[in-house]
Amino acid sequence: MSSRVLSYEEKETWIHDLSGVSKLIFFLLWSITAMLSYDTRILLIMIVGSLIIYKMSKTEWRQVGTVFKFILFFLTVNLIAIFFFSPYQGTLIYGTKTVICHLFGNYDVTKEQLFYELNVMMKYLTVVPSVFMFITTTNPSEFAASLNKIGVSYKAGYALALTLRYIPDVQDDFKKIKNAQEARGIDMSGKATFRKRIKNVTAIIFPLVFSSMDRIDVIANAMELRGFGKNKKRTWYSARPLKAGDYGVIIFAVVFCTIALFITFKDGSRFYNPFN
Amino acid sequence: MKFKFGIKEVVAIGIGTALFVALTEVQIPLGFIPNTALQPRAALLAFMSALFGPIVGGAIGLIGHALGDFMFYGSIWWSWVIPDAVFGIAVGLFASKFAINEGGFDTKKIVLFNVVQVLANIVAWVVCAPVLDILIYAEPANKVFAQGIWACIGNVIISGILGSLLGVGYSAIRGKSSGLKKED
Repeated sequence: MSSRVLSYEEKETWIHDLSGVSKLIFFLLWSITAMLSYDTRILLIMIVGSLIIYKMSKTEWRQVGTVFKFILFFLTVNLIAIFFFSPYQGTLIYGTKTVICHLFGNYDVTKEQLFYELNVMMKYLTVVPSVFMFITTTNPSEFAASLNKIGVSYKAGYALALTLRYIPDVQDDFKKIKNAQEARGIDMSGKATFRKRIKNVTAIIFPLVFSSMDRIDVIANAMELRGFGKNKKRTWYSARPLKAGDYGVIIFAVVFCTIALFITFKDGSRFYNPFN
Repeated sequence: MKFKFGIKEVVAIGIGTALFVALTEVQIPLGFIPNTALQPRAALLAFMSALFGPIVGGAIGLIGHALGDFMFYGSIWWSWVIPDAVFGIAVGLFASKFAINEGGFDTKKIVLFNVVQVLANIVAWVVCAPVLDILIYAEPANKVFAQGIWACIGNVIISGILGSLLGVGYSAIRGKSSGLKKED
């Protein structure tokens, strides 16, 4: 199960050496820009940029391949759904209608619609490589520590560190409980009826949730014994100070995204219109 | 109303979010409608919010959904992350009314929990999610409202069944030993 999940892997590149904070800032600005902009030129530049970063982070296909196929699948489903729900969304946005061919009923294939869906696709593909880069190059504990460094309350940082620390454990528990229940004859496949399926999932989730509740008590007690939350500040084992490279990345992200958004909104609309 | 944020809440966010992320993969296919599935993690969120309050609920919804999307699907669909946080906060606001921790989750409280749960789901998935979809991604309105309504129905069903069961079960365990109440 865990093989399908994206996870951190240690390598020697300058991107791995960056602090988690600067990568987070870069990633957030990057995805906000991709979210806001429908400007095809900007998106194109960003895709190329993402691919260069992806290449430099030395991420391998085996780390991200399965997830990437998943994304492509969802993307395709989404694009088809958009077309069937609203075949003239493009016409609505760009104001013109250039029919390429007639399909059936009310459905025509228009240049505007294809262009609009191309933009939707590009918005996805822009963010994907930077997500991969972020997850595969950022050490979770270092990330939580550096969040605290930029002013996030250390309790919040610690909650995140706990999450990242315990996801594999909870997944392990889940697997164990599932195997045990299957050994007792509970059918987890799609063959059972709907009522039965809910009951079967309940048989796994109950022990999982309740054992996690115990775990919350145990960890909370341990932290209390060690005086967690007594002082206003704490030190981190894996904290890493910001270096020149980090400032460079942050400045680049801010400048790039400001320019990109400026160009996008300059003509009063977030869409780039090649049809006028 | 005062909501505390102590060690227990920090750990509850941590472990709760880990559970939420791990459950991302667990889905119950509806069978009669293709490509739709009930998400047990929605029930978990309802349960944790009802137990620990709005801060924990909101944080689990926000971080859990974002992280789960991130690790399993490689992209974050923000317009669907925020509604999960809204849902967690909305259910959490009534946490003290449910009294799950004190062992008093009786029929009346279960009804209240379900009323709150249904309203919160409607606000989150029929209002928040489609509006954000339109604002952020400029997707066609009828598509996103159709998706939102489906998500809402699915989450109402699973939170209603599994969420209530979790509440009853946990309340029963707690009830045995909690004659004492901690003072703040």
